Amino acid sequence: MRPLRNIIQKEIWHILRDRRTLLILFGMPIAQILLFGFAITNEIKGADIAVLDRAQDIHSQAVTERLVASGYFTVQATVHSEPEIEQLFRTGQIKMGVIYPSDLGAHLESQQPVEVQFIADATDPNTATTLVNYGRAIVGDYQRELAPLAQPPRQIQTELRMLYNQELESVFLFVPGVMTIILMLVSAMMTSIALTREKELGTMEVLLVSPLRPPLIILGKVIPYVLLSMINTLLILGLSVWVFDMPIRGSFVLLFAESLLFVITALSLGILISTRTSSQQVAMMMSLMVLMLPTILLSGFIFPIESMPQPLQIISHIIPAKWFILIIKDIMLKGVGWAFIWQETLILTGMTTLFIGLSIRNFNIRLS
Amino acid sequence: MATSVIETHELTKRFGNFTAVDRITFQVQPGEIFGFLGANGAGKTTAMRMLTGLSRPTAGEGIVAGYDVYRQAEQIKRRIGYMSQRFSLYEDLTVRENIQFYAGIYGLPWRSIRSKTSELIERLQLGEVARTLVGSLPLGWKQKLAFSTAILHDPEIVFLDEPTGGVDPITRRQFWEMIYAAADRGVTIFVTTHYMDESEYCDRISMMVDGEIRALGSPHDLKTQYDQPDMNGVFLQLARHSERS
Repeated sequence: MRPLRNIIQKEIWHILRDRRTLLILFGMPIAQILLFGFAITNEIKGADIAVLDRAQDIHSQAVTERLVASGYFTVQATVHSEPEIEQLFRTGQIKMGVIYPSDLGAHLESQQPVEVQFIADATDPNTATTLVNYGRAIVGDYQRELAPLAQPPRQIQTELRMLYNQELESVFLFVPGVMTIILMLVSAMMTSIALTREKELGTMEVLLVSPLRPPLIILGKVIPYVLLSMINTLLILGLSVWVFDMPIRGSFVLLFAESLLFVITALSLGILISTRTSSQQVAMMMSLMVLMLPTILLSGFIFPIESMPQPLQIISHIIPAKWFILIIKDIMLKGVGWAFIWQETLILTGMTTLFIGLSIRNFNIRLS
Repeated sequence: MATSVIETHELTKRFGNFTAVDRITFQVQPGEIFGFLGANGAGKTTAMRMLTGLSRPTAGEGIVAGYDVYRQAEQIKRRIGYMSQRFSLYEDLTVRENIQFYAGIYGLPWRSIRSKTSELIERLQLGEVARTLVGSLPLGWKQKLAFSTAILHDPEIVFLDEPTGGVDPITRRQFWEMIYAAADRGVTIFVTTHYMDESEYCDRISMMVDGEIRALGSPHDLKTQYDQPDMNGVFLQLARHSERS
């Protein structure tokens, strides 16, 4: 197996001597996990609001205090007219405006309907909806406290339990997604580039004229990337467990084995791409367009698959990343074992076999 | 006459309706420098790919180093060396690493790799740059290094695919001296080129036009036969009616 070791050794030299590759390989996972973990979050904390208090009584003050005390809002400005609120929206200083009517206290005490107005900046619809809902809930709570007996007798109370992620930490959603993207990127893009580079330089020809069998050449070139990807997996899992307190409720060995399977799926895609292209540029563009974009958009990582139109939902089934994200979530968050993920595993295995089969076919066509 | 080291009989390669190589028949003797000439697109590369086991012939027969090109490509590959027109060295590997890598993929034992590497570095006088990345070497040095690595495993035949492209005349001359030295040690040289002056260095040459071998013989014979002062004239006369260029 000396020739195989030779190729692996050479590939490691290539990787170690290419600073940019190294940076992509190890800098990106860390940067992405930290970015998604800290900066990008669905939760809202301390959104700036403006208050137009026409009531100026204990009730309006109490509601404002509660808004602030919830932690979701910070009073950025107290204003005296509606145009002022508009002005603050325009300059982007606030996310929401709150207007109390002058008859707030009187109506509350006489138990008449009362209107507190929330104005939100819907250029960001998700945030606007969330803010308005939070505000509405806080006002509703206050109202019920004031008149506990006034509750209609048949009101349905809803009780919420958020399973598997009780604090609704968004990092729990992002870690599986980022891990998937990184493994896809490193495994598929890097291998397709590494393989096409040999074609571009003409060294592939020399390797093919040598007694080395083509599968051995590819195996030798791919093994270093498997190792790197697995190191990356450990790095990402380590960060998510120790920095973001993400649990691994299921078996770590199973998680690792599934990651290895997904890495091999991605590698086989990378090999498939390299059999169809002969320049590094094209390989990179194809990896980005064919692999990265669908992985990010259609895997359920950012946009929920359930809310996609039917055709996109169907397409999402052929995205390997979708199945891998399901597997990671099942193992890490739900803590389930093999019995619950064997179907997803089987699908990934099937896809991998297909990709490898197609690669071999393309390779043979090219040789003949 | 010794048995030929390359022997083809009506070797043909078709891609769909296009006949890239059309029934070529020739023999190459051991230790011979055989020039394979032709314009771009004449079929030189395809013919060479069939002989090196990279491409399966459509029809005809081909024997390289005593093995059949259809069924024994693996045995052929062990006995040939190959240098492509792009020198095919790894620019981000050092001189020593490149030599060791190419020796390694031919399955030479580690001890032999080490001694051959040192010997080669000494012979090429590359001792001072042994740890330098190949990318920073001048073109001529890369070319010599590429040729030397191609014959490191002592092949019977070495295939050179336009080995002197983009190199200045002096370096080219030095390179041909290396080729002669290898041929003197009994290595058969199969070289494609489109530099007609270079073909004068070959023992025998074949001229390919439109996938066929139109002329075959020593440079002297061909010049006499076509009544031309140099090989360029021979080539122009043969290629005048080419359909592909």
